[in-house]
Amino acid sequence: MSTAGAQTHRQPGASPAAGRQPLLSVRGVKTYYGNIIALKGVDMDVHEGEIVTLIGANGAGKSTLMMTIFGNPRAREGTITYAGRDITKMPTHEIAQLSIAQSPEGRRIFPRMTVYENLQMGASINGFAHFDQDLERVCTLFPRLKERLQQRGGTLSGGEQQMLAIARALMSRPKLLLLDEPSLGLAPLIVKQIFTIIKELNEQDGMTVFLVEQNAYHALKLAHRGYVMVTGNITMSGTGKELLEDPQVRAAYLEGGHH
Amino acid sequence: MNAPSITTSSARSPAVPTRFDLAAALKDSAKSALIAFGLSIPIVAYRTDQSGADLFLNPRWDMVAIFCAIVFGLRLAQHAFMASRAAREAVPSPTQATELVHAEPSAFQKASRFGIPFFLGVALAFPILIYLIQGGLNESRYWVDLGILILTYVMLGWGLNIVVGLAGLLDLGYVAFYAVGAYSYALLSTTFGLSFWICLPLAGILAAFWGIVLGFPVLRLRGDYLAIVTLAFGEIIRLVLINWVDLTNGGAGISSIPRATFFGIPFTAGEGGFADTFGLEFNGMHRMIFLYYLILALALLTNFVTMRLRKLPVGRAWEALREDEIACRSLGINTTNTKLTAFAIGAMFGGFAGSFFAVRQGFISPESFNFLESAIILAIVVMGGMGSQIGVAIAAIVLVGGPEVLRNLTFLQAVFGSGFDPNEYRLLLFGAGMVAMMVWRPRGLISERQPSVILKERKAISGSLVKEGHG
Repeated sequence: MSTAGAQTHRQPGASPAAGRQPLLSVRGVKTYYGNIIALKGVDMDVHEGEIVTLIGANGAGKSTLMMTIFGNPRAREGTITYAGRDITKMPTHEIAQLSIAQSPEGRRIFPRMTVYENLQMGASINGFAHFDQDLERVCTLFPRLKERLQQRGGTLSGGEQQMLAIARALMSRPKLLLLDEPSLGLAPLIVKQIFTIIKELNEQDGMTVFLVEQNAYHALKLAHRGYVMVTGNITMSGTGKELLEDPQVRAAYLEGGHH
Repeated sequence: MNAPSITTSSARSPAVPTRFDLAAALKDSAKSALIAFGLSIPIVAYRTDQSGADLFLNPRWDMVAIFCAIVFGLRLAQHAFMASRAAREAVPSPTQATELVHAEPSAFQKASRFGIPFFLGVALAFPILIYLIQGGLNESRYWVDLGILILTYVMLGWGLNIVVGLAGLLDLGYVAFYAVGAYSYALLSTTFGLSFWICLPLAGILAAFWGIVLGFPVLRLRGDYLAIVTLAFGEIIRLVLINWVDLTNGGAGISSIPRATFFGIPFTAGEGGFADTFGLEFNGMHRMIFLYYLILALALLTNFVTMRLRKLPVGRAWEALREDEIACRSLGINTTNTKLTAFAIGAMFGGFAGSFFAVRQGFISPESFNFLESAIILAIVVMGGMGSQIGVAIAAIVLVGGPEVLRNLTFLQAVFGSGFDPNEYRLLLFGAGMVAMMVWRPRGLISERQPSVILKERKAISGSLVKEGHG
């Protein structure tokens, strides 16, 4: 956890790594469910040290893009490159071994296993190289988990499960963290906590974060850059600040919500 | 509970009697029995029998005694049940708590700390106990035979538990691997004259190979679809065994399979036999007792390997696979390999059990490997509680030993008449038991999953962190 690029020169709205070779780049990706097209040729970049958010309505294809990056389902056309490697056709578990970690939609923790065992599962990719250190780290980030290490995952509350899903993803010391709707179904206070932690991870550890969110206000406020997705297409992109002030985005995703 | 910093401030309900008051329960049960006694005097105690024109009163005090004993026993059991339930309600369940939970062993863990050594001790001493109770080697033959049968199913249950209980892959064709193991030993020993100790690992390897062969086509399947394919696989193996007459001798089966030897010393009466070597009087039971300890060792090996694997990454990956396959993959676990190892290792133990079956019976035919066997083994795993080793053992004892107990309930003939055969009601009771299980313990006898890692005090909750992060 030492890529300290972001913490020195982070200004709101300015991407810290613009212009360099992107860490993750998605080019012309089309994904189908059977015959139904879900992504209609998506282009997107995530640079090292950035928080990039993808916002959009239900069914726009946000989660599909996230899962496509992880190879499940595979992109039928287009390419996905991570750190200069083509990962379009790689199986999911091999992608996970390239220090990309994901906290999938709906948390997907292991309900009958204890919190500790869940975290162990997250660390199994790098062979438990720094398990104790990493455990300490996530317990500092999420003190609630530390209290509940011996409890079964399924007995946690929704917010705690979300924390566990993120913590589990962090156990592999990822360079790129993919988060799918971490705020889903959580109380506003917990959402705030989780977003603070994401910011902390980015600023202190220089972790690159790709965040799929419906909670557009919070996500755009947090992110360096954002993309807006509508029915399988990226329709808009810009810095978080630009998008927040954009009248169209405001009308579609922010009005009537948080201010 | 010596961590004062984590006070469960809500006062414990003080008045709940968590201790089972035996004296009161006995007194109440005796009262119930007395009432039953009073009621049965006019109803049960005398029977009128006609002999010619005269009526005779036939006293039946033995029946009255049986009824009273049943009432007494039931009442006592009811008391014990109510008391244990009250105790359970008094203590908050650790699995439900949203309040802080101590890292203390649960009631189940405490019970298993004494229960497991107890079971193990009984299993180890079983032939000796039976010898002492029955008063002779020949008299104990039936019981040792039953012990071997039960342990075979315990082992099969534990083997299938890897596939079904840990990895969550519903396998209805487990008996196929049992058959592969049995035929491997039978064919290798009758054709090439290999000894049991060489054939045992070979049978395991062959069964594991077939486990992988089955594993490949079903990698993408889950749940019901997987169950159907494995069911078909079990039937295919059986049909191949019936129809490939050149190799397997078809439905006639393979007979005169060589018996197991005591590490090279045969169990024969003559010179150089087991009895002769150790200066004992020859008895056929020596072989039975040896077989008993052999299957006990094999079963314990299965258990030991499973318990070890659960603590290793592969075992944890099995459990994670059972919980959530997609999450598993996105954590970098190769689900293909994970499934195949589960199938292979589960099948290997099935193969061991199969070759033991062949060496015990001395004769095998495809009849022994029908679907009912698969169903019983699966029922053992499901009833025991998926993934619970001790639960599977208990379920095997109940499901395999239960019918044998029924056979011995001859005193019921005194109640229902001499034509009554309790064994005929075996399947009825089996079904009723299953329904009862579904109602009261839908997740099996021991449904609580034991964590593979029990944290020591060192990692227990630190009170200073508790206040942070409350949302």
